[in-house]
Amino acid sequence: MGKVVAVTGNEAVAEALRQVNPDVCAAYPITPQTDMMQRFGSFVNNGKVKTEIILTESEHSSMSACVGASAAGGRVITATSSQGLALMFEILFIASGTRLPIIMPVVNRALSAPLNIHGDHSDAMGARDAGWIQLWSENTQEAYDNTIQAFRIAEHPDIRLPAMVCLDGFIISHSIERIEYLDDNEVSNFVGEYKPVNPMLDIEHPVSYGPLILPDYYMEFRKAHDAVMSKVSKVVLDVAKDFEKISGRKYGLFETYRLEDADIGIVILNSAAGTTKDVIDEFREKGIKAGLLKPRLYRPFPYKEIGEALKHLKAVCVLDRADAFGASHGPLYIDIASSLYPYEKRPILINKIYGLGGRDYMPGHAELVLNELVEIAKTGKINVVKEYIGVRE
Amino acid sequence: MATTPLTLRELSKKEVLLTAGHRMCSGCGAPPVVKMVLLASEYPVVAANATGCLEVCTCISEYTAWKIPWIHSAFENAAATIAGVETMYRSLKKQGKIDKEIKFIAFGGDGGTYDIGFQSLSGAMERGHDMLYICYDNGAYMNTGIQRSSATPFGADTTTCPAGSVVPGKLQKRKDITKIMAAHGIPYAAQASPSHWQDLMKKVKKALEIKGPKFMNIIAPCNRGWRSATDDAILLSRLAVETCYFPLYEVENGATKITVTPREKKPLVDFLKPQGRFKHMFAPENEWMLKQAQEDVDKEWEKLQREAKASEVS
Repeated sequence: MGKVVAVTGNEAVAEALRQVNPDVCAAYPITPQTDMMQRFGSFVNNGKVKTEIILTESEHSSMSACVGASAAGGRVITATSSQGLALMFEILFIASGTRLPIIMPVVNRALSAPLNIHGDHSDAMGARDAGWIQLWSENTQEAYDNTIQAFRIAEHPDIRLPAMVCLDGFIISHSIERIEYLDDNEVSNFVGEYKPVNPMLDIEHPVSYGPLILPDYYMEFRKAHDAVMSKVSKVVLDVAKDFEKISGRKYGLFETYRLEDADIGIVILNSAAGTTKDVIDEFREKGIKAGLLKPRLYRPFPYKEIGEALKHLKAVCVLDRADAFGASHGPLYIDIASSLYPYEKRPILINKIYGLGGRDYMPGHAELVLNELVEIAKTGKINVVKEYIGVRE
Repeated sequence: MATTPLTLRELSKKEVLLTAGHRMCSGCGAPPVVKMVLLASEYPVVAANATGCLEVCTCISEYTAWKIPWIHSAFENAAATIAGVETMYRSLKKQGKIDKEIKFIAFGGDGGTYDIGFQSLSGAMERGHDMLYICYDNGAYMNTGIQRSSATPFGADTTTCPAGSVVPGKLQKRKDITKIMAAHGIPYAAQASPSHWQDLMKKVKKALEIKGPKFMNIIAPCNRGWRSATDDAILLSRLAVETCYFPLYEVENGATKITVTPREKKPLVDFLKPQGRFKHMFAPENEWMLKQAQEDVDKEWEKLQREAKASEVS
């Protein structure tokens, strides 16, 4: 087995990338930069990986170079955050539409304006419909484990889609936690040799990538992309089973915590789930049946499974660390509401927007939300469906 | 490596790697440029293409005119895309997974090169990728309907800077992209014209033998945007050279060499006159425009000659 270490999220993900040992990495340090790619650059320059690194002049070019490198026929990585992800936006669709399994850790941080650099989910939520797979991570261990599993999922012959591994800016990326690393050879055996599909460098069999496709066939391509998305959940579960064999750690499409017999529940992504679990324990000690659901595979969103897991609750609060301006609610709420809509008997749903731009999410916030849910479950009445919490009035 | 002599007899024996049947306009200057570039290579070529006429007309699913591996990603990133392909090649070569000698070429129009793709191009050149970037320069956004680019010549009438009653067309000079690329300190930058096909192909051959980033700007007349006769592409590119509007030169390791000196420098109006986009400049009230355009060409030509001379001495 591997070793136990105390590392930051950035360090752990960089270590996972070193162990996977990709063929090409492209990176650009847009503000806000994290030290993940600095660490990887050091692996390259000290001969710890076989990777060729391209230090581009923008995140737009990073993703563009990833597209070229991946189409050429090899394993490709980059990493980004916030403004960088926003700048890549155009090419994200090209990477997924071209079916290139690029792996990209995303350190989730707020978008400008105002310029902020601290943790929230606005960046990845803005890119949630770009046709990529998104795996979200509560802590450093999950970020490390998700990174390794992402390669197997993205490169699976039934899938061939790029994947983002999301982890919270600062709270996870820059904080030190105790985690377990796998051995190098366990990781390389797990991800296996990269198998290129129609590589451009096969000059004996020339292929054209990126054609113009007009109204006669464009829609069929979109439909095919959608069909591939529907296959991802199964592959995520299969890969998780294999991963459990080498790590002893279990992963699913989402995590439930004391949810099975719960009356009230919180749905929340990433690091704030940890804080919430502690408060749920306190409520359970008081005899209140509270539980939690934390999505892991956010894109494609496992609607059916999540609906099944939540449908028996009386009241649920979805906490969003991003807003979807002009939409009815935060992005996660909208997905949860869609998951529950098919059920005639379903929980009452409310939505809180929290923790934007690095605003701390405290146990007190979870307490307030759970107390409100207790009240809603009792009376069936809602004061306000969507509300910002932990904010000045 | 055996090299094919640049004679029509020998070249005609080589396979043309951009097939007929693509949907470029008749009389377009870009396809002959691409054919010449690919014909000049003695090596297998992998190419990237910026969004633009050449791209949309040569690969419409389920057809492709490209007999070489080819990728189109977006408008502004042909240089970054081919840089990615080239880097994967280096990685796999280093790992012993590939052994063939392959050359990497990016094609972009002037919009994708001078303007929106400029940063991506500059970055790729600075990083030193072993690649050749070819700009086929028709002096405007022709694919989207003849809008002004920073390659549009002074005075030209385009759809976004039309020759109006107050503003008579484009009032700015075009960007000198070739010298800007040479200023990156890359080993090779050059200008070429399909009218001088041997010069063009010689430059491509030379560029492909040099390790590192190379840039070529090749004039490619567009009869739609230039509002010229359909069969005048080669004639106009020749006039561009003979009037010194588009001088043929190369900058190799910092040394400038004029590769084609016109026997007699023709007046710029010879190049402007056959093109509808300059028609308004011939109106009496716009005489100053013709004068200024000629002065600009003279100044640039003199400067280029001085640079070439200085390179000879040193």
